Amino acid sequence: MTTKKSTKKTTAPARRRTKQPAQYNASNDELVEFYEQMLLIRRFEEKAGQMYGMGLIGGFCHLYIGQEAVVVGIQTALKDGDSVITGYREHGHMIAAGSDPKAVMAELTGRSGGCSRGKGGSMHMFDPERGFYGGHGIVGAQVSLGTGLAFAAKYRKTDNVGVAYFGDGAANQGQVYESFNMARIWNLPVIYIIENNQYAMGTSVNRSSSEIELHRRGESFRIPGKQVDGMNVLEVRAAMDEAVKHCRDGNGPFILEMKTYRYRGHSMSDPAKYRSKEEVQKMRAEHDAIDQIKERILDAKILDEAGLKEIDKKVKAVVAEAATFAQECPEPALSELYTDVLA
Amino acid sequence: MAIEITMPALSPTMEKGTLAKWLVKEGDNVESGDVIAEIETDKATMEVESIDDGVVAKILVPEGTDDVPVGQLIAVLAEEGEDVADVDAAPSHAAVVPTPAQEEAEVPVKETAVSVVSVAVADPAVPEGTNMVKLTVREALRDAMAEEMRKDGDVFVMGEEVAEYQGAYKVTQGLLDEFGPERVIDTPITEHGFAGLGAGAAFAGLKPVIEFMTFNFAMQAIDHIINSAAKTRYMSGGLVQCPIVFRGPNGAASRVGAQHSQNYASWYANVPGLKVIAPYDAADSKGLLKAAILDPNPVVFLENELMYGESFEVPELDDYVLPIGKARIFREGADVTIVSYSITVGEALKAADKLAEEGISAEVIDLRTIRPLDIETVIESVKKTNRCVVAEEGWPQCSVASDVSAQLMEQAFDWLDAPVTRVNSVDVPLPYANNLEKAAVVSADDIIRAAKAVCYAE
Ligand SMILES: Cc1ncc(C[n+]2csc(CCOP(=O)(O)OP(=O)(O)O)c2C)c(N)n1
Ligand SMILES: [Mg+2]
Repeated sequence: MTTKKSTKKTTAPARRRTKQPAQYNASNDELVEFYEQMLLIRRFEEKAGQMYGMGLIGGFCHLYIGQEAVVVGIQTALKDGDSVITGYREHGHMIAAGSDPKAVMAELTGRSGGCSRGKGGSMHMFDPERGFYGGHGIVGAQVSLGTGLAFAAKYRKTDNVGVAYFGDGAANQGQVYESFNMARIWNLPVIYIIENNQYAMGTSVNRSSSEIELHRRGESFRIPGKQVDGMNVLEVRAAMDEAVKHCRDGNGPFILEMKTYRYRGHSMSDPAKYRSKEEVQKMRAEHDAIDQIKERILDAKILDEAGLKEIDKKVKAVVAEAATFAQECPEPALSELYTDVLA
Repeated sequence: MAIEITMPALSPTMEKGTLAKWLVKEGDNVESGDVIAEIETDKATMEVESIDDGVVAKILVPEGTDDVPVGQLIAVLAEEGEDVADVDAAPSHAAVVPTPAQEEAEVPVKETAVSVVSVAVADPAVPEGTNMVKLTVREALRDAMAEEMRKDGDVFVMGEEVAEYQGAYKVTQGLLDEFGPERVIDTPITEHGFAGLGAGAAFAGLKPVIEFMTFNFAMQAIDHIINSAAKTRYMSGGLVQCPIVFRGPNGAASRVGAQHSQNYASWYANVPGLKVIAPYDAADSKGLLKAAILDPNPVVFLENELMYGESFEVPELDDYVLPIGKARIFREGADVTIVSYSITVGEALKAADKLAEEGISAEVIDLRTIRPLDIETVIESVKKTNRCVVAEEGWPQCSVASDVSAQLMEQAFDWLDAPVTRVNSVDVPLPYANNLEKAAVVSADDIIRAAKAVCYAE
């Protein structure tokens, strides 16, 4: 099938994208914290990629490298009792939710110390104590499930919100729109975060979607949507603050489309032939989320190069510790095969 | 410390590959993220990125080398501040072998059959003198939900037409009046969406009762029933639970054609992580639906439209809860065991009456719960009768009847005097015409024929 790429792009302007998008007014400490968190996710994922290469991690492994600003901007806007759910590209979401990187890495290696005791793997991680409900391998499932988590928040008359992350590919699943409809008619406090990294495996948004401005996908459900530069953590956070306020004030669902990019293949076994090296290189060179915040920290003289290096070291140590733990920790006992099927 | 670069695994199945090309040479500076080599697998050419900063000290496998095993050392990087010349190219460790679990010695015997065995539980004794009331199955189901909703504010009912319309089959009659629209919720026609929403609410600890107008429409939602509700506890190592009930009419109704008439019992019964209940009479409907709502696991509760209006005696007790996973001996007999569940129990009882007239004493077992399956009760009966017929209104292949007969073959072979015989619906999509439909579903006559055959009576 041929696609009409060029016409689509010109006929679908980003209507709600303001010229001067709001930036979160971060304190110095927060800027450093954002940097550290994003760096931790990136280094963690690089290590996971390396360990996959060493045969220590099996199956599918979807890395989050490139998209770190999204999860850090979103998670830092949440409070206790809020719920979060996403798909299989969730190692970063676990870490941003505050889960122990050791348990995340040990889940990747399928060991007893993994967050799911080795029974979930890369795509199925959970930390309900921190409001993180997975880690789901069925594209789009998390959207209905996340709407249900938000339903529970409302049913219990709390002011908590539910966050459901999903990809540009998942945005074409029917249940997304079933969920939008229910969220709107019942006024559920759910924030839909579309992580538009522009590809679903090898299919670009242009080829898969009749409306590529994904923030507009809620229009026929009367759900407000906003497009955000997902490579800029301060813009992500500012947009999320607005969405969270909207929800907590009882105004129902909100959609945030995060324009982002994954640097690596869809999973470890994807040679990524559907895009050019130049395209990837350009994103890395010009839009990298970590570089942007690093520059800001240096420009504002919050930290100097040596100060940043200290953080790098600290992060590397955390990742190294996780990697060691994940290799030294024993595989689950065979008796674990039969546990946790039923309560 | 030098950084060792080994031949990476680039897919779940890769064991070796061709080192097609080096993009760096000894002495080059590399940064984390730089592409250093290209590797050909059986499927694709992949780029290998450095994940560390350093200087390429040694390249140990030249480009163009085929069949390089995963894990073989291919290059060494010198770390910042390290002298390239000092780097030792000998591998410091062999490929990492996962540490085995400590208790390898006590490997449990592999249980291929359902590992969650039903425990020996008995129905609660109904105290002598308990008043019995006549209730329809419909009323019994409604009472079960209402009683549990009164006790626990986390229980709510959701589905199409459950509230204002009072239920497409009037099972939820009166619930909206008593509990209000926050707990009795009309949904749009979006089975996939509201099944997922319900499962998500259950992750958060609520106890949803999700009504499907019929289970035929739950095919739209089966992904959430199986992938989300049934598997999440296991995949999370027990961290996330999903206390939810999916209920509604299942199986053939009356002349509604193939798309509205399927029995899904064996589909759901195949899935670990689910409990599957299919009651026959009103008392069991009430006691088991209450048990399903109280159960911390996802439960598929299969009702039958044709049974909704049937009346049965139900004990008038404050809290009549029955054990899940326990079959019921409906009628005792000595010559042949007839196993059934749901509406077909009625046919089995009719068959037993007629067989008695001909001198054959049939024991009728209602499975009530399909998963976990109470095979013990069936086996005990077969030890006595030495013959078994399994009757089920549903297709034969991979059916509940198939499974019961397989388990009897494995566990009661020595007690059988005749092959276990399945009596199923005809293996066709259910037709509309009155005569064809009747011919397709299981009748008492079909059961009688099979019972006589296994008794070697003419
Ligand atoms: C229902 C379903 N269909 C197909 C797949 C296989 N699959 C896994 S990820 C994926 C692409 C999803 O892309 P997107 O939603 O954009 O998320 P991203 O991978 O970019 O984060 C596909 C097709 C699946 N897991 N589930
Ligand atoms: Mg995508």
